[in-house]
Amino acid sequence: MSRVTAALAGLVILLFLVSLSIGPAGIGPLTSLNALLVGSDGPLALVMREIRLPRALLAVLVGGGLGLSGAALQGYLRNPLAEPGLIGVSATAAFGAVLALQTGLAAAYALALPAFALAFAAAGVVLVLLLAGPRGGSVTLILAGIAVSSLAGALTALVLNLSPNPFAANEIVFWMMGSLADRSMRHVWLAAPFIAAGALPLLLARRGLDALTLGEDAAEAMGIRLGRLRLALVVGVAGIVGAATAVAGTIGFVGLVVPHVLRPLTGARPSRLLPASALGGAALVLAADIAVRVVLPGEDLKLGVVTALIGAPVFLRLILRTRAEGAP
Amino acid sequence: MSLLTLRSFCVTLRNRPILNDISLEVERGELVGLIGPNGAGKTTLLRAALGLVPSSGQSSLAELAPRERARAAAFLPQAREIAWPIAVEDVVALGRTPHAPGPDDGSAVQAALQRTGLVDLRRRAATRLSGGEQARVLIARALAQEAPLLLADEPAAGLDPSHAISTMKVFRGLAGEGHGLVVTLHDLGLAARHCTRLVALKDGSIVADGSPTDVLTPARMRAIFGVTAFHGEANGGPVFQPLDVTRD
Repeated sequence: MSRVTAALAGLVILLFLVSLSIGPAGIGPLTSLNALLVGSDGPLALVMREIRLPRALLAVLVGGGLGLSGAALQGYLRNPLAEPGLIGVSATAAFGAVLALQTGLAAAYALALPAFALAFAAAGVVLVLLLAGPRGGSVTLILAGIAVSSLAGALTALVLNLSPNPFAANEIVFWMMGSLADRSMRHVWLAAPFIAAGALPLLLARRGLDALTLGEDAAEAMGIRLGRLRLALVVGVAGIVGAATAVAGTIGFVGLVVPHVLRPLTGARPSRLLPASALGGAALVLAADIAVRVVLPGEDLKLGVVTALIGAPVFLRLILRTRAEGAP
Repeated sequence: MSLLTLRSFCVTLRNRPILNDISLEVERGELVGLIGPNGAGKTTLLRAALGLVPSSGQSSLAELAPRERARAAAFLPQAREIAWPIAVEDVVALGRTPHAPGPDDGSAVQAALQRTGLVDLRRRAATRLSGGEQARVLIARALAQEAPLLLADEPAAGLDPSHAISTMKVFRGLAGEGHGLVVTLHDLGLAARHCTRLVALKDGSIVADGSPTDVLTPARMRAIFGVTAFHGEANGGPVFQPLDVTRD
């Protein structure tokens, strides 16, 4: 493990503990951690295990997944502007969630919303793969992703447009901003298998992504099976992004900014950037979710809003630096 | 046993025939220059022989499984793409992809860096080097693959005379060690002086195949390229310089 990965792992652990120690109950960090680990069935142990623990775990899962899939997509497309939403799955997952909210199913059954989001994410990935074709290159994949994204976005807008109930529309808009508030362990158990199953093919594709640095022809001539690599990539990213959107809503900028920031620290090699980005993404979402609770505790500030507020200036700085280096 | 065998090899893209009935054998010790006008099918011949383009007929390389093929032949594409600012030695180490992780990785990378004169640049980010230096990095990557056969698409394009000549000498040295190489070239002077054999391609067919002296005849140059040329001897080797256009 390199120094960068070790430092990031330490940061994730630290932020995880901070996240567990923060909440409206205002209990000291040691008391709350003690209650989490060895507490009996008192109210404090319940708060820790049913409210704070799932929130912190989801921040790690969602942030780690988004960081990893962003790094993998950037590596596959050889483009630092790629982000996990590019293949259209976050848009279809969001549309599924919006349908669950609009039809009232989300209110009737606790897990209807994430289940709908996952089902639509799966439909989205099938559609993208059908559109992109079996042998297409990276450009057809981007085009297919944009087409599916636009369609899902249009349908989401249509649902909002026709929504007879302003409260439902309000709820939809707030859900789409992304949040980890009031999630339970059931959300963790729902998202974790998909995110883990999605992370595996991405981590296994590291060699292929390294070889792709030299272009598709060179990679293929070095023995990389590009069709297989693309399938692993799309399925992996879709599993992660679908599950993340299902439990947390749309959280932007993590998959875009984290690989960007960590690239110079990992020698720019995709194989080293992938695990580092997963840790970096987890750290960023943990930090943003802490900020949400600390900065405006009474206001229900949304996580996706904060990641975008952090991400946009970081991104601007990177653009200025890239420009100063004289890139075309 | 030959390193590459093409028999009745044809490529058709979008209903347009690109290569017709190509037959070619490349043996150990040969540095084959693949020459021909723009659009003759030189790049397609290399890519299709590797199986990167669908083809009909027989190609001994395209028949292999991807990893086996990558151990049998290295390919240096014409587009010099390095997507990320990776250190030179890491780019060269990518050539070990079909072998790695293996015990010879380190020595193969070191040998490739030495052969291309890149040892001093090994820790620099490859994307921040000049175009000519990047070309050498990519050549080093192909060398590190340590395949018996090297297919290189325009490896000398954009190189200054000293690096173009050095590159051809590296290739000739590899041929001397028993490798086989197929190199597309537009610089007929380099082709004449350094290749052991020239194959001329025109409109998707092989129109000449033999020693440089046999292929670079005035009649053939007029028929294939539409040029006249000076062909002589200097400093112990052939000199070839196209002079004028014979047709519009």
